[in-house]
Amino acid sequence: MRPVGIAPVELERPEAGSSTLPDTPWITIVWNDPVNLMSYVTYVFMTYFGYPKEKAQRLMTDVHTKGRAVVSSGSREEMERDVTAMHSYGLWATLQKDD
Amino acid sequence: MGEHGFRRSLQGRVVLRVDEEEKLLLAALVHQILELVTPDGPPPGRDVDPLAAMVGIDPYARRPDDPALRRLFPDAYADDEDAAAEFRRFTERSLRDTKVAHANTVLETLRRSGTKVVLSDGDAQAWLGTLNDLRLTLASRIGLDEENHEAFYDLPEEHPFFALFHLYDWFTFLQETLVHALSGLLSEPLDAAD
Repeated sequence: MRPVGIAPVELERPEAGSSTLPDTPWITIVWNDPVNLMSYVTYVFMTYFGYPKEKAQRLMTDVHTKGRAVVSSGSREEMERDVTAMHSYGLWATLQKDD
Repeated sequence: MGEHGFRRSLQGRVVLRVDEEEKLLLAALVHQILELVTPDGPPPGRDVDPLAAMVGIDPYARRPDDPALRRLFPDAYADDEDAAAEFRRFTERSLRDTKVAHANTVLETLRRSGTKVVLSDGDAQAWLGTLNDLRLTLASRIGLDEENHEAFYDLPEEHPFFALFHLYDWFTFLQETLVHALSGLLSEPLDAAD
């Protein structure tokens, strides 16, 4: 699942020294928890990712009702940055390869 | 407790009205968060590697045993322990430093304020982070989850979790009103229904 919306599309660059095939994309997942407020989660998605309100709210609703949402995708380094940011906001986030 | 939430003043500042008792309570709880998130020193007999410390690496960072700390500093990889451990060594230290700085900002703004706390937008971000840390920690301590949340409102006053839950509820109200006050600066502000 890839986020859709009007946010800028980030192009993936193969890592230096890797084979000619581009890396499998990585994704950042935000998980539901009983504590984080829906308004706060929406606010974080809007301010950190720059997502429009509608997309931020859709992702927040997915977190709340489906238990998780893929909030961004890109290189492993980019996803580590996003997960670090989510943790600093107190959201429960992990990264993994996009299988 | 908690009749007044955050609001944005006509001058555009983020403002909270609190009485002295509320300020004391807030400061006491924030001190506890500060204690909780302050990085541990190296294990006994081991030295801090000054170069590692300078770039925010903590070679001794381990997955915490305390469930509240595990929620504040979660594993970044759900199914790869080695990657999660390595990520933690490289990032947990600076995440702790950020939380310490936020808590100190909250304490400092309380110290310099009377019953009207006026925040810059930078201060307000620190408050937002610390309120969230407080709520995550309290929820973990009292075992609050989505299913049992409503039942906490029926706790009798003598229940050991009564005061903690009502503090949690107050912090929820403060955070909710702060999010709305801050979202006024976004191109699409949140409205009351959000």
